[in-house]
Amino acid sequence: MNVDEIIDYCENLYNDLDLNYVKDWKAAHRSKAIGYLPVYVPREIIHAYGMLPVGIMGGGDKLEIIRGDAYFQSYICHLPRSVIELGVSGKLDCLDGVLFPAICDVVRNLSGMWKMEFGDKYVKYLDFPQNFADAGRDFYLREMRQMSEDFEELSGRKVTTEDLNRSIRLYNENRRTIQDLYDLRSEKPHLALTFEVYLLMRAGNILEVTEHTKLLKEYLALVVDCDRPKLDNIRVIVTGAFCEQPPLSLVRALENSGCYIVDDDWILGNRYQTCDIPESDEPLRAIVDSYLSNTVSTASRYDDSEDKGMHLADMVRSRDAEGVVFAAPSFCDPALLERPMLQNVLSHENIPYTAFKYAENTGQIQVIKEQTGTFADSIKLWGAE
Amino acid sequence: MDCCYIGIDLGSTTTKAVFLDEDEKILGRGITNSRSNYELACQVAREEAEINARFELLKRRLADNPRVAPQIDALMDNLSCQYALAQHLKQLDALRNEGSNIVKHWIHHKDEFDKYVDAQETIFDSLVLQAYQDFLPDAEVQSDFFRDLATSLYLKQADIISKERFLSFERLVGVFDAAIIKVENKSFALFYQEYLEFACDRVIEMEKFRELKEDILDAVDEIARKEFNILNTVGTGYGRLTLPFAKEQIRSEILCHGLGAHYMFPDTRTVLDIGGQDTKAIQVDENGIVTSFQMNDRCAAGCGRYLGYIADEMNMGVHQLGPLAMKSKRVVKINSTCTVFAGAELRERLAYGEKQEDILAGLHRAIILRAMSLLARSGGVSSEFTFTGGVARNEAATSALKQLIDENYGEIKINISADSIFTGAVGAALFAKRDPKGVMADLEISKLKAGSRTKQPEMEQQIA
Amino acid sequence: MEQVTVNGTEVQKEQSMVLQKKMIGEHFEKLANAKRDGKKVVYTFVPGNLNELIYAFDMIPVHPEINALQSGMRKKSGDYIQEAEKSGHSKDVCTYVKCDIGMMKKGNIGPTGEKIPEPDLLLLSYTGCFTFMKWFELLKQEYKCPVVMLQVPYQGDGEITDAMRDYIVRQLREEVIPVMEQVSGRKLDEDKLKTLLESSARAEDDLVWVWNSAKNRPSPIDAYFGGVYYIGPIFTAFRGLPECEDYYRSLRREVEFRVANKLGPTTPEGELNDQKYRIVVEGPPNWTSFREFWKIFYDEGVVMVASTYSKVGGLYEQGFRHDPDHPLETMANYCLGCYTNRNLPSRVDLIGQYIEDYQADGFLINSIKSCNSFSAGQLMMLRKLEQRTGKAGAFIESDLVDPRYFSAANIKNRMESYFQMIAAKRASV
Repeated sequence: MNVDEIIDYCENLYNDLDLNYVKDWKAAHRSKAIGYLPVYVPREIIHAYGMLPVGIMGGGDKLEIIRGDAYFQSYICHLPRSVIELGVSGKLDCLDGVLFPAICDVVRNLSGMWKMEFGDKYVKYLDFPQNFADAGRDFYLREMRQMSEDFEELSGRKVTTEDLNRSIRLYNENRRTIQDLYDLRSEKPHLALTFEVYLLMRAGNILEVTEHTKLLKEYLALVVDCDRPKLDNIRVIVTGAFCEQPPLSLVRALENSGCYIVDDDWILGNRYQTCDIPESDEPLRAIVDSYLSNTVSTASRYDDSEDKGMHLADMVRSRDAEGVVFAAPSFCDPALLERPMLQNVLSHENIPYTAFKYAENTGQIQVIKEQTGTFADSIKLWGAE
Repeated sequence: MDCCYIGIDLGSTTTKAVFLDEDEKILGRGITNSRSNYELACQVAREEAEINARFELLKRRLADNPRVAPQIDALMDNLSCQYALAQHLKQLDALRNEGSNIVKHWIHHKDEFDKYVDAQETIFDSLVLQAYQDFLPDAEVQSDFFRDLATSLYLKQADIISKERFLSFERLVGVFDAAIIKVENKSFALFYQEYLEFACDRVIEMEKFRELKEDILDAVDEIARKEFNILNTVGTGYGRLTLPFAKEQIRSEILCHGLGAHYMFPDTRTVLDIGGQDTKAIQVDENGIVTSFQMNDRCAAGCGRYLGYIADEMNMGVHQLGPLAMKSKRVVKINSTCTVFAGAELRERLAYGEKQEDILAGLHRAIILRAMSLLARSGGVSSEFTFTGGVARNEAATSALKQLIDENYGEIKINISADSIFTGAVGAALFAKRDPKGVMADLEISKLKAGSRTKQPEMEQQIA
Repeated sequence: MEQVTVNGTEVQKEQSMVLQKKMIGEHFEKLANAKRDGKKVVYTFVPGNLNELIYAFDMIPVHPEINALQSGMRKKSGDYIQEAEKSGHSKDVCTYVKCDIGMMKKGNIGPTGEKIPEPDLLLLSYTGCFTFMKWFELLKQEYKCPVVMLQVPYQGDGEITDAMRDYIVRQLREEVIPVMEQVSGRKLDEDKLKTLLESSARAEDDLVWVWNSAKNRPSPIDAYFGGVYYIGPIFTAFRGLPECEDYYRSLRREVEFRVANKLGPTTPEGELNDQKYRIVVEGPPNWTSFREFWKIFYDEGVVMVASTYSKVGGLYEQGFRHDPDHPLETMANYCLGCYTNRNLPSRVDLIGQYIEDYQADGFLINSIKSCNSFSAGQLMMLRKLEQRTGKAGAFIESDLVDPRYFSAANIKNRMESYFQMIAAKRASV
């Protein structure tokens, strides 16, 4: 496949709300699929039990919400209502269970709603430790052991240390390849276009991990040879959009407004680890340890350290970015509560930023484009000051 | 004496009144725009309903007469048109006088003053002539309300005159704006006997009705003198708390809408009302009693007002939106019916090259999607489903509704009545009859009685 | 104290209210003198509050949530919220947080007009609400004092597991207590802790009795509007103290008297003896128009017989009492059982149980715009409860302390319609 074909393939996966890939995969492997909500779940464990992890990020802007609004008031973000819509319209029937990781109270409550509405499926709320010491380690390990037991029952499989290590290995490789992709984009943003990177990352939510790694590598090999013009764009980091996603048209518009996005937190869960998880005799423990010590900073985590928020400034520097774009879904507690603290740090470090809110089905693209366009212009004209 | 019950629905955009007879048949309906004075709107609506009731009685009386019966429809059409003409002329007259007063007030230089008074006279003369043309049975009526009719005609004439005579168009408009407010806040229905006489006189002059002169005069005379015995009045709607009614005479608009819809369509189980500023989804049982409801009254998104803003943005009349939307071949997806962004979203789509009718189709679908959410929250849609409120008159809205109901709830019988805007008032009137807390109306109510032999002092004050 | 003659007996009405006022006054005095007296001040939250532990270290608790709601009731919150929004906080987030930040920016003056002392410790009891976590991160940046976090895991499957309990106990042992020892400068007084826990259990007995009294007809209490006063001592700075026990003993006596004399609750508008409708309420109240809100129901003859908000700081009717013999485990169980830490299906079960036990005519959900923890999913709860109990639910929307989100007209409109609907149903049966 050439680059365009790869991206078309990804876009088709992105648009397919009926999850045909999942259905086909299940039939071919005679196995199960487990859905998960943002931001992060340890997919290695799902994979080790021979099941397909499927990331659910809402219905985007193509899905008409007919029944979803009957579950949520207007001042709750859009994601849960589109997820419910997908659920009650049968589009998620191919999933044998759904994991709800701790990210905020809306997703937390959604796990309970899911139990009531789809009681016959496996539903688990994953409470991540906010204590990063031994107490947290112990708790998380017990949770992971419990979840493994549940998976054993669900999949009908017993899993060995080697199975888990193998899954860890495959996901490590996937993450390294993603890292390569992000590094390439940062180095040559005119080649690895954000729009393409975005769709490749979304594909990672559904494709079986080795297929995804293969696809990424194909893209990487081909795109370096593309003849794409360099634009006079500023380099920015986009942050806050780790859960409910912006519509594709907004992703495109950001790029077209004069910004090269050299790092972001879209689909953060698929690049949650900052380095490989080591293979070991106790893989679950390794996953837990990695979570506690080697994962990214994000709004859904507790951070009372002195240098809270510095990770963002560091990222700006390491990616040679000129500014930060805070993009958060309307009503998003984690992103919006975190924002003032991050903005303070940026102000302190003299890093310019702009901020807006969106919804996964927003139609007000023009307004946002103008805002980021002006931001880009101001940086080009006046520099960092 | 004819016993009857009155229901009054004070909405945010329009106020409706319904007269119900002893057999629970609708005797008369009246509607007016709510303006900023609910008490006056209530009075005017009531008066309109009473006139309408008189006409109904007149029709019944005349229909009984075998000589008149064959021509009854044509006769009633003509009578009501001439009646409306008489009332319109009276209002024009008042507007003319008010306009003169205002010119006198504003312009002190005599020459200037004469020019503008002359101009006014010319304009109003032409408006009067125009009226005789417009109030014919087959004429196309642009609006139900005096304000709307008068405004468009006046502006047209003022434009012509100001150019011809080198006068200030803005000034003429200013005079009109000031005058119409005064005239609008007065009641004209008091003169109904005068109007009936006028109508009667003009109709019996017509070739086809000349022979029936005596029959007509008799009937009109009898009906003109008739007094209504109002046993109870119930008020509902958003403005109901401003009514000078006792607590027992006020009912929630949810209950009135439920009962009213049930009255019109006895197998109704779900009611959807999209009004000017709020939307209601109501479930009723086999007796028309509400079992659950959901309201969206915090925000006017997706209600009549929203369509008003869109119409303004597109420089059209609200009633033109539906027909244009129906022309669409491809529905554009609109995600928000927020009135604040209505204009911006519209302009953005147009800038992308989308066609007007396609965008409008999308907007109508978006409105109905919002209503569908509310319905789902209230407990879903069960057959039969009755759609009421101003937006129910919009064919693009009803078309989108039918489609979405079909897609999501299967085969559901959908009822839409031409009278749907009166649903709340009908329900209120039914409560007045079925759940009375008092026999005779008290003094407060009688104040609102139009056409009462005893002219109340307050009423006299209102007539300039 | 008000001496009244009722049926020939002299009764001291509302002694509990007098006691409560005294308690609060003394508490704020203690706070005002904290620095002077060398007492350490701990900021913490109501859900999952560790009052007994705090007092065992001889420290004084402050609850920013309570400050926020007090500001709301005193009509100051609107300004505070705008202040916070001006300094960069989003319109969409919790108004308690914004009120607190705004109050802080304006000098941190408390309800008694005196400055509330700055914290020596931020005890982040992360229970039932994500926002709490970020709230204290924000405060830490302002106050630069030690912060210790206690994570209380969510009852995702509707039950308390050993893993959850052990996790909390471990955090208490390894993090919370050591930090409190450091800040207070003393070791944990285990005997004192035991005494405090014993006292808590006694007060809890009386409180449960008071909640259950609403099963009577007429109900002697309003479990929502009146209820928010009743939970004051037990959920805030007083549980474990003798004055708290006194309060609940006194309250119980008053309620016993009302039951014996078939009296209804006292409201700001007068006694509600003629009770037309018995309603169960889900959701916090609105604070900025609290009295107006209460009046809407009083005017309709409505008495609230049970509420879920009154369980945010702990649920006792199902048998839980603080257990002095197992202090850490009991504190863990207590935190885990707070209402907002329970999963949605359990909440629905609880409300359904209330509707049955308290013979309610219907239920009301007050959906708070800025509180996702309570609000997300309430529409589903509405439908499930209607299906389960066959009783109709009313649904209204308002906010905690943002006055812009309370519309008396809308609420009255909806509630009138709701009660007329219930009345019509009764009549047609």
